[in-house]
Amino acid sequence: MLSDKDRIFTNLYGWFGADLKSAQARGDWDGTKGLIAKGRDWIVEEIKKSELRGRGGAGFPTGMKWSFMPKEPGKDGRPSYLVINADESEPGTCKDRDIIRHEPHKLIEGALLASFACGAHACYIYIRGEFYHEAAALQKAIDEAYAAGLLGKNAAGSGWDFDLYVHRGAGAYICGEESALLNSLEGKKGFPRNKPPFPAGAGLYSCPTTVNNVETIAVVPEILRRGGVWFGGIGKEKNRGTKVFCISGHVNNPCNVEEAMSIPLKEIIEKHGGGVRGGWDNLLAVIPGGSSTRLLPKDICETVLMDFDSLRAVNSGLGTAAIIVMDKSTDIVYAIARLARFYWHESCGQCTPCREGTGWMYRIMQRMVRGEAELHEIDMLLDIGSEIEGHTICAHGDASAWPIQGLIKHFRPEMERRIHEYRKKLAA
Amino acid sequence: MKKAEAHIAKYPKGKQASAVMPLLDLAQTQHDGWIPEAAMEEIGRILDMPRIKVFEVATFYTMYNLQPKGEHHLQLCTTTPCWLSGSAEVVKACEKHLGIKMGETTADGLFSMSDVECLGACVNAPVIQHNGDDLYEDLTPKNVIEVLDGLKSGKKPKHGSQTGRTTSMGVKGATCLHELAEKAGVKKC
Repeated sequence: MLSDKDRIFTNLYGWFGADLKSAQARGDWDGTKGLIAKGRDWIVEEIKKSELRGRGGAGFPTGMKWSFMPKEPGKDGRPSYLVINADESEPGTCKDRDIIRHEPHKLIEGALLASFACGAHACYIYIRGEFYHEAAALQKAIDEAYAAGLLGKNAAGSGWDFDLYVHRGAGAYICGEESALLNSLEGKKGFPRNKPPFPAGAGLYSCPTTVNNVETIAVVPEILRRGGVWFGGIGKEKNRGTKVFCISGHVNNPCNVEEAMSIPLKEIIEKHGGGVRGGWDNLLAVIPGGSSTRLLPKDICETVLMDFDSLRAVNSGLGTAAIIVMDKSTDIVYAIARLARFYWHESCGQCTPCREGTGWMYRIMQRMVRGEAELHEIDMLLDIGSEIEGHTICAHGDASAWPIQGLIKHFRPEMERRIHEYRKKLAA
Repeated sequence: MKKAEAHIAKYPKGKQASAVMPLLDLAQTQHDGWIPEAAMEEIGRILDMPRIKVFEVATFYTMYNLQPKGEHHLQLCTTTPCWLSGSAEVVKACEKHLGIKMGETTADGLFSMSDVECLGACVNAPVIQHNGDDLYEDLTPKNVIEVLDGLKSGKKPKHGSQTGRTTSMGVKGATCLHELAEKAGVKKC
């Protein structure tokens, strides 16, 4: 278990004020000017040392991402941008919401430091439209920071001019995909873009852009103050640092909690989630990293560690670290069919395999819930998934196939049982 | 117009199209919660954008209402995490109490119910959003009726947890940060 002194988000639950004074009392904005004075390369190196990997789901090394940005920004007439992805919409995930409403100054200070490291004088925070109060809280904190000289010209006395803006989304999951987010920010439909070019080459307004998740940016100030070695000493190799987990579903104590990366799944459910409803033996399955990750049956949950590589090794993923717990009372086929509906509803419609395939899968899954299907349609679901996977511009198509693949891998007998039962009923 | 200009000023010169989303939102707020076609045309004029581009954006995002909704637009999350926590029962309770089905508006135009995808508050599930801003959390078939009656009577119930829980902290109390919990006077576990 992570020791309290290593926790970054000490106001995760909003026990204390989110205002500047309270934030400063917690250590935010302490010596920001000095950190910037150490230079761009030092910041990037320190983040590389910390082995911080992106907290939005893909887990790309943050320091490396920043190092792709032009060394001499603006030389070709194109300014550099930092864009922070606060379009938190992955079912099961509600961690960025807490950072934004209770620790906004960690995010704002992080935005300044990260922008400086990327050579950006402007940063946009793209926040999902449903987070109305959160966007207001964030704007309030930004206004405070401007008034205190921490943003704007010569931000925090660092000599770096820096402007920070909030842009509200309007209810489209796909805008959490970074290139769709950039299109949306440009005033277009949220259609993902073909890559390359990657955002570091041509992102917002075709300018060099880095897109990072809220949590990734919010941990930056603390890493720089305590040193990359400190953050890199928590968790397991290549899976370092602390992480905010969301525990929802059939647990006695659903909550958000900051824990060490690589904590055993069972330990986090028991220590923070209050245990599975009805006891550990009542566990059916867990979706470990938000809706896009493949579910894990109980036997894997006994031992698996919560990090990028351990979860990948069991054919799932850490994703956004949103742990969705399902006990034995769960209609597991419906639980996944409902996710199939989510991916169908949220497909932007740009690529045919995803637009059509998510609908096919959802319609078949609806019948699977009732058992009103043919046995071979289970394999057909896998076929459709493999036709979508890798054949679309963005990962939405892949993500739509994964939950169903997880279901079939671990619960095929249950699907078959329903089909047999339905037939028996029909015959009677 | 002043508000519109403040939004446009956030974006670089010549990139005013970026302000289309904030302006659509502004139009919706100023026009009883929905955006008429005339407003979209005006936004196109202000931003020097072909109106079809404004329509494209307005129809792409689910939060823009292109038709009038009830005075209280309830957006009920039914995605898996909410469903696991009992959203189906909450939906049923609302339908029974209001006498309408999901997707319908009451005859008096007071309430509309919409089925929405994940609202991003899963550890406080099930949740309902009201008119795109207030989020009611930790709902049960019982306390959701209190929320509905509160809205009907004009006394807006306090948003957030309806069981008195502190934000996303576990209902049993703080599982970590015990020293700070003591300082804040919060229950520990």
